[in-house]
Amino acid sequence: MTSTTTTDWEVLDAPGLVTVQDDGRLGLAHLGVPRAGPLDPPAAALAGRLVGDAAGTAVLEVTLGGVTLRAGAARWVAVTGARCAVTVGGSARGHGRAEWVPAGAELRLGPATSGVRSYLAVGGGWAPDPVLGSRSTDTLAWVGPPRVVAGLHLPVGAVAGPPAAVDVPGRERSGPLRVDPGPRLDRFAAGTLERLCATAYVVGAASDRVGLRLEGEPLVRVDERELASEGMVLGAVQVPPDGRPVVLLADHPVTGGYPMVAVVRHDDLALVAQLRPGEPVSFRPA
Amino acid sequence: MKPGVARSGPVRLVPVGPSAFLAEVADARAALALASWARSVGVRAVEVVPAARTVLFDGVADRDALERTLAAWVPGSGVEDGPLVEVPTTYDGPDLDDVAARWGTDRAGVVEQHAALTFVSAFCGFAPGFAYLAGLPDALAVPRLDTPRSRVPAGSVGLAGAWCGVYPTASPGGWRLLGRADVRLWDPERARPALLAPGTRVRFVPR
Repeated sequence: MTSTTTTDWEVLDAPGLVTVQDDGRLGLAHLGVPRAGPLDPPAAALAGRLVGDAAGTAVLEVTLGGVTLRAGAARWVAVTGARCAVTVGGSARGHGRAEWVPAGAELRLGPATSGVRSYLAVGGGWAPDPVLGSRSTDTLAWVGPPRVVAGLHLPVGAVAGPPAAVDVPGRERSGPLRVDPGPRLDRFAAGTLERLCATAYVVGAASDRVGLRLEGEPLVRVDERELASEGMVLGAVQVPPDGRPVVLLADHPVTGGYPMVAVVRHDDLALVAQLRPGEPVSFRPA
Repeated sequence: MKPGVARSGPVRLVPVGPSAFLAEVADARAALALASWARSVGVRAVEVVPAARTVLFDGVADRDALERTLAAWVPGSGVEDGPLVEVPTTYDGPDLDDVAARWGTDRAGVVEQHAALTFVSAFCGFAPGFAYLAGLPDALAVPRLDTPRSRVPAGSVGLAGAWCGVYPTASPGGWRLLGRADVRLWDPERARPALLAPGTRVRFVPR
């Protein structure tokens, strides 16, 4: 475990999934290690820029339930992504801008009011010991720093620069997710890509950092032979035997045996990261 | 031939979105050979992932450059043997009798035949450090369990089809279990975090 110093920030409450995420762990897929990294990269990057951190510095990804921390060293912080109430010492602070947190003060992110994943950046970055070159925590196999739970002491790094005076989020994409045809489209009935793009899906409750599970009219496989395991990619639309597509996200297994019918453009996955169970999802050709 | 699918010498290249390609080859040995060769010549891809009949090249900025690189591969060209790892194994798995019946032998016969083989780690997947070990003759292939076990202990040595595998961590699983290996398969603190990285040769040593 991390040694506790007065500069560490203490986690007082983390009711939902909270993880540390930097750019992820690339180049190790052949050993079975998922890439990890933030599910909404533009929101994570914005939070880092707001507090003056270099690109790729670790942030917290906070899922739905919020998080409460007590500041060790005083720092600028910024919250982006899913909307939530932000308070410092009980006083309301802004979303999407740098806010000062004095040493010893309590920072609270309330439950998300819209969207799913908020990002909390701190000046200098969250700095638990990296594992295999990254501070991202993968939730499939739990490679990486430990999950952020109450009682954990999180080290913060040295401040890299002043907070940004002004920054703006990129325009949020909306509408259908753009897909390219997948490599195993030939295992499905004719017209399946058109069918995928014409179906109104909703987000399934079992969706997580591994995959977005979709509910809706099942897709029909015509070739039921077992597919030999093959490498999987971020954004792959995989179809298990029940015909209900799963969009693979950052913690996806590196190989799999369900055919990939389509692949979602990476730039559209940030939108996926903020969809709640029951919300609609649709696709269109890229 | 589908649009977008190209032959690059002996390799069929199938696009997986705008920046990834599956190279289709004959079998797991060919996939392993192609993946090691591609790394050795510095192929421009973020990930090179061998699997049962494919190699995934992910994070590819230049498709033409990838095609040019792969066109130079000659299947069967000398891939060097990987390191040999001996895995001390206690053969007391719950499916030992079942496998013995399928192989037409007894427990001792299973142990003898399994321990006489030299496996090669063809690819990893399922979990960090879980290696799909090739080398079981097709005649000794066994089907997966109809109903997977909800918990298979770490270190379990199992068979599925013609694959052999060792579970790095406790997890659900449908492989037929022969015994327990006394090795740490996955350790992120180690220089080689996956003991049985692709290319590693593996022998099971009864204890």
